[in-house]
Amino acid sequence: MQQAPRPGDSWRRRFWAHRSAVIGGGLFAAILFGCFVLPMLLGTNPTATSLLHRFEPPVWMEDGALANPLGTDNLGRDLLIRILVGGQVSLMVALATVTVAVTVGLILGTLAGYFGGWVDTIIMRVGDLFLAYPFMLLTISVIAILGPSLIVIVLVLALSDWVTYARTVRGSVLSAREREYVAAARSIGTPDLQILRLHILPNVLSPVLVLATVRAANYIIWESGLSFLGMGVPPPTPTWGMLLAEGRDFILDAWWLATLPGIAIMLTILSINLIGDGLRDAFDPRLKGGRA
Amino acid sequence: MTDGPAKMLLTATGLTKRFQIGSGSLFRPPRQVHAVDGVSLSLAAGETLGIVGESGCGKSTLSRLLMRLIEPTSGTISFRGEDLTRLSPAELRGVRRHMQIVFQDPFGSLNPRMTVRQIVDEPLRVHGQGSRADRDARIVEALQVVGLGAHVLDRHPHEFSGGQRQRIGIARAMVLNPALLVGDEPVSALDVSVRAQILNLLRRIQSETGVGLVIVSHDLGAIRYICHRVAVMYLGRVVEEGPVEQIFRDPQHPYTRTLISAVPVPRVTGRGPRLAVQGEIPSPLAPPPGCHFHTRCPFAMPVCRQIAPALAEIARGRRSACHLHTQPGAAPIPPSPRTGPAGPSTRA
Repeated sequence: MQQAPRPGDSWRRRFWAHRSAVIGGGLFAAILFGCFVLPMLLGTNPTATSLLHRFEPPVWMEDGALANPLGTDNLGRDLLIRILVGGQVSLMVALATVTVAVTVGLILGTLAGYFGGWVDTIIMRVGDLFLAYPFMLLTISVIAILGPSLIVIVLVLALSDWVTYARTVRGSVLSAREREYVAAARSIGTPDLQILRLHILPNVLSPVLVLATVRAANYIIWESGLSFLGMGVPPPTPTWGMLLAEGRDFILDAWWLATLPGIAIMLTILSINLIGDGLRDAFDPRLKGGRA
Repeated sequence: MTDGPAKMLLTATGLTKRFQIGSGSLFRPPRQVHAVDGVSLSLAAGETLGIVGESGCGKSTLSRLLMRLIEPTSGTISFRGEDLTRLSPAELRGVRRHMQIVFQDPFGSLNPRMTVRQIVDEPLRVHGQGSRADRDARIVEALQVVGLGAHVLDRHPHEFSGGQRQRIGIARAMVLNPALLVGDEPVSALDVSVRAQILNLLRRIQSETGVGLVIVSHDLGAIRYICHRVAVMYLGRVVEEGPVEQIFRDPQHPYTRTLISAVPVPRVTGRGPRLAVQGEIPSPLAPPPGCHFHTRCPFAMPVCRQIAPALAEIARGRRSACHLHTQPGAAPIPPSPRTGPAGPSTRA
């Protein structure tokens, strides 16, 4: 841990001096490594069944074996590799949804906030419509029509959440637009696009980045919920929500099948939220001392 | 107004800006504020015009109208013979390199994320002035004019004091050698000791470059120090206008008199009774009919409540908007209770 941050420090410095942010960042890096690199090193097949090794408990329990460190499911598939590979889908869904939703929200929110008038009215009223529509119903009907796939799920999640970003962006743009240095740029004759890029977007990016980390955790939960309902990425590709749903049937005989994927979801959301906390404090100009 | 309009750098005619308050309801039109109400002004090249008035009299709105940062509701602005209100956005962008503004808040008018180099470079870059090296040379030159040097180029605004920041703002405004510089309360946010430095800087820049200056301020001392002519505003209208020393020594409009009488004068022996203005400034949402000042004017007559007096020439180069000057039956304007610091001993 470095020395306590000072007010003049850059936000990066303050972020790395933030204890929970560093813990969250480390945890998230470990999760990324586990989901995307470890499966290749282990070389286990996540869909290989073995009826002789059904419901094997984790290694630390009686009858546990090192061959299946977290035990096996009802078809004898290795739970560890299924959790790790399942994380790939959950994390990709979260990342792709954040990218799509932030992009759409950033563009529409900036247009609404900077130009105001009827542009603002149309964009924000359409946004209200999306907010008023029950998200689960929308998702289920779209997936029922188009069929479940990774792209459809990402688009549906992004479609139902771009408004959150658009509203935040619009508010930040509205306040940034009234800064005197924006009036100065207009009096210089700076074109609108350059004013947006140089003087307005930097003020918008930090709240959006913080919001995105908080929402990313939600997308993992939503994806898990959809998989739990059977609306997620189709089997046999494992996802955390699907593992949870499958494990539910055997919760009395093999508690680890539902519990361990749940812990994976929890740790991922925790790490992302810690990073979000750290970013929020690092960007907050009112934070003078910091809690290093 | 003593020269023909052809020689004028900037001429505003009947400039009006109304702001709508709220959106109104189905059966009631939205309320309107006459922030600026039919203001006509002119500025010659190399001249400094001061605009003074109480808070909320529309002087800041006027400065932004003159820069066309906001759209006037009606009226025209002629700048170097071109009507700014008729220009297309592209044409307006071209004209902007000849007119610049310095803002009140030295902390808000510079982007905290940019370096001094980027800040002063913005006008040069936007108007495509020369190569990187040429622009750097002009940036350093502009910084030297305002008393800063090349060593500040890569620093950020938060490393400077308020006065230094205002110098950076002036460097940004002057780097393109504009013909017109508008100062919207350029020294109001600064310490008194720094104010004089900035005022001297503006004066020196004007004498060296011949830029036309419009200085908006509520600081009568600053206006008197730096301006050639002054326009006094009250609730969106110009009530008196003329050469600065004449206005300060011998104000003709009752409002100007109370305003100048309110300036504190440091004097050991004390001072005579002030001509204190009575009451509060009325809401610009519901300005009084007729002359806006009649609710507070010690000389108000019945006609003042009905008819707004026109801004009329009362002496060469001086205009005032008061019925006392024009009503044939009206009593002559009583002598001013205080004629400024120049003649304090004439009063017992």
